Amino acid sequence: MVELPVPARWAVRLAAVAYVFLLVGWPVITLAQRAFADGFAGFHAAMSDPDVTHALLVTVEISLWAVVINTVFGVGMALLLVRYEFPGRRVLSALVDLPMSMSPVVIGLALMLVYSGRYGWFGPTLEAHGLVVIFNSPGMVMATCFVALPLVVREVVPVLEEVGDDQEQAARSLGANAVQTLRRITLPAIKWAVVYGVVLSLARSLGEFGALKIVSGNLTGRTQTAPLVVEQKYDNFAQNEAYAVAFVLVAISVLCILVVSLLRPQEESTS
Amino acid sequence: MSTAVLGQGTRPVGRGRPGVRWTLTGGAGLGLGIALSWFSLLVLIPIAAIVATAGDEGWHGYVDTLTNPQTWAAIKLTVGQSLLVTGINVVMGTGIAWVLVRDRFRGRRLLDLVIDIPFAMPTVVAGLVLLSLYGPKSPIGVNVSNTRTSVTLALAFVTLPFIVRTVQPVLAELDADVEEAAASLGARRVTTLRRIVLPAIAPAIAAGAALSFARAISEYGSLVLISGSLPYRTEAVSVRVLTFVEGGDRTSAAALATVMLAVALIVIVALDLLQRRVARRG
Repeated sequence: MVELPVPARWAVRLAAVAYVFLLVGWPVITLAQRAFADGFAGFHAAMSDPDVTHALLVTVEISLWAVVINTVFGVGMALLLVRYEFPGRRVLSALVDLPMSMSPVVIGLALMLVYSGRYGWFGPTLEAHGLVVIFNSPGMVMATCFVALPLVVREVVPVLEEVGDDQEQAARSLGANAVQTLRRITLPAIKWAVVYGVVLSLARSLGEFGALKIVSGNLTGRTQTAPLVVEQKYDNFAQNEAYAVAFVLVAISVLCILVVSLLRPQEESTS
Repeated sequence: MSTAVLGQGTRPVGRGRPGVRWTLTGGAGLGLGIALSWFSLLVLIPIAAIVATAGDEGWHGYVDTLTNPQTWAAIKLTVGQSLLVTGINVVMGTGIAWVLVRDRFRGRRLLDLVIDIPFAMPTVVAGLVLLSLYGPKSPIGVNVSNTRTSVTLALAFVTLPFIVRTVQPVLAELDADVEEAAASLGARRVTTLRRIVLPAIAPAIAAGAALSFARAISEYGSLVLISGSLPYRTEAVSVRVLTFVEGGDRTSAAALATVMLAVALIVIVALDLLQRRVARRG
């Protein structure tokens, strides 16, 4: 292996560490300091604001729904893409990736154009039957599902490809039915990939901002989520509250990363 | 050995698996039907709605929307800044990946962990995080808010993991023998790096660059608080789309959105091609 000479090695190491520290590390530390600028009492006061607590609840509720839907869809879609042959499979597998490089704002707009009660393609019909999608929970769950759609699929597909289908075929030939094979053979094999996918989806869902800003209508105390509260509080010069809510969201995202990074090496050493 | 959250995540899905595939049986066919219905209702029909709405005012209306001076300025700013940030990422991302794979020092694992923070962090919070150090009340006296530098900074923050996480696994799996063979045949370090290592990781760098460009082009949340969205100066394309949506101008919003969709599609196709090159090498 190429070994850099000592001065060059130090230069590359320093540049990498300094760049990441200045771009991510230091700003995150400063944010934490800001959140606790007035001590824990200030943080507690910010968290007791009814708008803030409601927004956090809405965020958790919407995210959980979206994660459950995306997990079922993601595992199912991964199984179909890897194990089955059907026309359009490759196009579908590329399209599943599309939300990854789409702007959240475009995603919000796209959903509005179809489900808005005023001008959407399906919206007025759905509202006539009592289903209000936009500016309401169903639309918010859909927007969140859309942005986080590829995460579970992307984690599960490589693992499914790697484990192959020998065991599944053996189970089938020994008389197991499809459900038994799925539950006893396939799901245990992809367990960890699903867990990573779920944690990543959860992080992405909790933080969604642009798409939700459009489809939720950003109604304080009703459809406003935690990231939207951060923006509103900051714009209304309630900066301490903005920093406090932001700190909670940062803490959750760091926790998600920690969970994944603690799980991943374990799995690598046992498999 | 690395804790790459994105290690597998940046790989496009479902391509090139050799071996037997099953044809669809009853249960699987039903599953595919349900999955496709949901996918259509959630993704395909809404995207079709954007394309259809963009054409509402005909070709001239479409071109007028895009060449409106303020919109054109937003497009130029976004594309320019995205290219700049992708360039920064090609250099810094590759450097960081190198350090994570080949270097050994205390705190390397922490560095590996911090790389993923921008990926998991809510975008609007990313903007606020940067504001707390580089904003009006900066403890170090640096205030970049409402300037173009703030756009560069925000985009560099949110795109940090992409190249690192695509290059890292390729670099880790690189065969040490080839490099040693080159060295034993008298190649200098620079020659080995340039002729052996760089060609091997180039497709991964390109894939990461495509991802980071796509992300930068479409970024919204992190720019909202820090850039100020000043027309002609710091207003990005997605901010412009949102302004159209909030102003009720759906046709213009959809017109601009189609341009962003096209970029997203091009990147997906480019990634697919690159990925197959990577697979051939691997």
